[in-house]
Amino acid sequence: MTRKQKRGVLIGGGVATLCVALVLVLFALKDSIVFFHTPSDIVEKGVPPGQRIRLGGLVEHGSVVRGEGTTITFKVTDTLRDIPVTFTGVLPDLFKEGQGVVAEGMLDGEGRFKADSVLAKHDENYMPREVANALEAKGVKLGAGAHPGQVKAGMP
Amino acid sequence: MIVEFGHFALILALLVAVAQVVIPAIGAHLKDERMMRVADPAAVSQLFLIAIAFFALTHAYVTSDFSVLNVAENSHSTKPLIYKLAGVWGNHEGSMLLWVLILALFGAAVALFGNNLPLTLKARVLSVQASIAVAFLLFSLLTSNPFTRLDPAPPDGRGLNPILQDPALAFHPPFLYMGYVGFSIAFSFAIAALIEGRIDAAWARWVRPWTLAAWMFLTIGIAMGSWWAYYELGWGGWWFWDPVENASFMPWLAGTALLHSALVMEKREALKIWTVLLAILTFSLSLMGTFIVRSGVLTSVHSFAVDPARGVFILAILVLFTGGGLALFALRSKDMQAGGLFQPISREGSLVLNNLLLVTGAATVLVGTLYPMALEGLTGEKISVGPPFFNMTFGPLMIPLLVALPIGPMLAWKRGDFAGAMQRLAFAFGAALVALVAVFAAEYRGPWLAPFGIALGVYVMAGAIVEWANRVKFGSAKSDEIIRRARNLPRSAYGTLLAHFGIGMLVVGIVATSAYREEHIQAMKPGEQITVNGYDVTFVGLERARGPNYVEDIADFNVKRGGETVARLTPSKRLYDAPPQTTTESGILAAWRGDLYLVIGDPQPNGGYAVRAYFNPLVRFIWLGALIMFIGGGISLSDRRLRVGAPSRSRQPIAVPAE
Repeated sequence: MTRKQKRGVLIGGGVATLCVALVLVLFALKDSIVFFHTPSDIVEKGVPPGQRIRLGGLVEHGSVVRGEGTTITFKVTDTLRDIPVTFTGVLPDLFKEGQGVVAEGMLDGEGRFKADSVLAKHDENYMPREVANALEAKGVKLGAGAHPGQVKAGMP
Repeated sequence: MIVEFGHFALILALLVAVAQVVIPAIGAHLKDERMMRVADPAAVSQLFLIAIAFFALTHAYVTSDFSVLNVAENSHSTKPLIYKLAGVWGNHEGSMLLWVLILALFGAAVALFGNNLPLTLKARVLSVQASIAVAFLLFSLLTSNPFTRLDPAPPDGRGLNPILQDPALAFHPPFLYMGYVGFSIAFSFAIAALIEGRIDAAWARWVRPWTLAAWMFLTIGIAMGSWWAYYELGWGGWWFWDPVENASFMPWLAGTALLHSALVMEKREALKIWTVLLAILTFSLSLMGTFIVRSGVLTSVHSFAVDPARGVFILAILVLFTGGGLALFALRSKDMQAGGLFQPISREGSLVLNNLLLVTGAATVLVGTLYPMALEGLTGEKISVGPPFFNMTFGPLMIPLLVALPIGPMLAWKRGDFAGAMQRLAFAFGAALVALVAVFAAEYRGPWLAPFGIALGVYVMAGAIVEWANRVKFGSAKSDEIIRRARNLPRSAYGTLLAHFGIGMLVVGIVATSAYREEHIQAMKPGEQITVNGYDVTFVGLERARGPNYVEDIADFNVKRGGETVARLTPSKRLYDAPPQTTTESGILAAWRGDLYLVIGDPQPNGGYAVRAYFNPLVRFIWLGALIMFIGGGISLSDRRLRVGAPSRSRQPIAVPAE
């Protein structure tokens, strides 16, 4: 091989790899990202049933019902609207009424949210970022009935 | 008093660091030996002063001096001693102090052990290293002072987050930082080389041990974090593609690439400019990780905007060093003599492929980590980029890397014999095929890609063994000849073999546990039983106990296999006193073939408990693989040819047999 050809292989290989990566990233960004919504967003934007989303808000006081086996239902509220959620499994340690929560799953046809995971985070001050921002945007005072630490979200 | 002493020492360290930046740099420019020699004692005394500061803070923690704000906010008098110690770096201010301590440690190590370095290069390296220290010492003193006093002092502290009160996590940050921050040396060498405008194979020989040391610690640090997440978070997962994890994983990928490109540079004087660029990029990714974790941008873009002092400061450091480094690179690299070219099918070629894939992989992780933040900042739209994204982008890029991994070392430098390499790898291909068939036969209902993944891992492991067998002429030479050859094989070769073998194990573990994990979620009352992968698990009962600083509900499970009791597992839930928070402690029965993993959840209305039971097949391979990589790095580092202080020998007169 000549010097030119060798250099060509190097550059060609580099460009090809980058192109493959770019295509992969674009496809993945199209298919595998999950949007975050509050209960009000869901009603206002009309999120279709069956679409994977993250639902965030506060767990409504008095709404947690432990049913048959390990199925649990509760309501997620942003104080303006609320959405009933069903979840089967073991809830994270930080799950409490009045606390912030993020559930991932999809809506069924009747406006109920079927969650397959409920976010657990290992920080006592942790208010899921999306929840804190979304609630503040809606003028909700954080920390009402909740752990005083969580108002300080973001301060390590 | 000791606290003020520590604060004062930290300020002195800043002044020393400033001197260490300026004087050796001028000295190197003027070729003034006396000025250049200032660097060594400056680096050592900088370390000494920061160590005093660190000791002062540690002392405040151990004696529970709650008049120090940092201690009051993060410690508690009833905490066990080990977590009082770990609490020093279990918070923002303390961890930044640890950051600069390790930075100074590496700088002092270069000063003490880099005796074979040319004087000007050494002076410049230490000067650049000190400039990083200046930036972070300023950051610490101006925005994150750990020595701020609190008046009046509260009767007791707020306590360390209970979930961090764990032995693995106590030592996770120091190891991680040794890795992260260790790459600063490669960066300093790169900048020094750019300033000198000269770079050669010797440069790579000096940089490689430091990079290797940093890489080792980063490897084990990441593994410890993953292990901790596995047993402490109670989700049975070991990696979440969380931004905090990605922050440490990106420098690891770039650092791995750097190790390999530095090898090409050392042996063949090729890829010189690329290696310098990679050294700058690797440390930039470390800084980026520090920014992501330490600025508050993660928890909330909002809180970042409200209290921007810290975030903006780190961002400025990131921009200064990355931007400055790259600008210098753009200015000076074209004056550097380019290295030689080589055939695509050769050892160099395979290492270029390694670099290409690792760096592209790091880039996809970077996109997945920063995209949600950028999108939210620009449009307000909130998204999460989770494992599916990384599985779709990072995963496919690693497949060709793993396929090429055993082939690379089989190729000769300059011009490799591809067919010959394939022939020699026949055993590895055979082993992979056997694994493929065996896994398919055992788990034909599982995902169809998984057996190929396991076969790929087995192929990498077998490839490492084949390479060893090949080098000692196993099978063709007499046994005493084999032993002689095995003894003469350099330690760095054993290091490489082990590291590659570890990667194979890691892949097997990852694929097996992701594809074939068994999960049961069930409400159980005392006396009830479930069966998990051949284990009969009976819930015996639950008991409340008192720990040093928590109340614990301990569940008792009797585990039988084939009618015989093999273990009693006691997963529990703890309620800590300060701060009042519950944590889940898992009960794990570890075995080679996989872990039985039990967690208890909330009490049920009817007196039972929600129980999660997992069987995670071959999950130990993940951390064992990482541990073997760490050990491989250590063995390689102990090779006398790589040893930092070893005199550089002239080219070895041993003729390479033509193959």
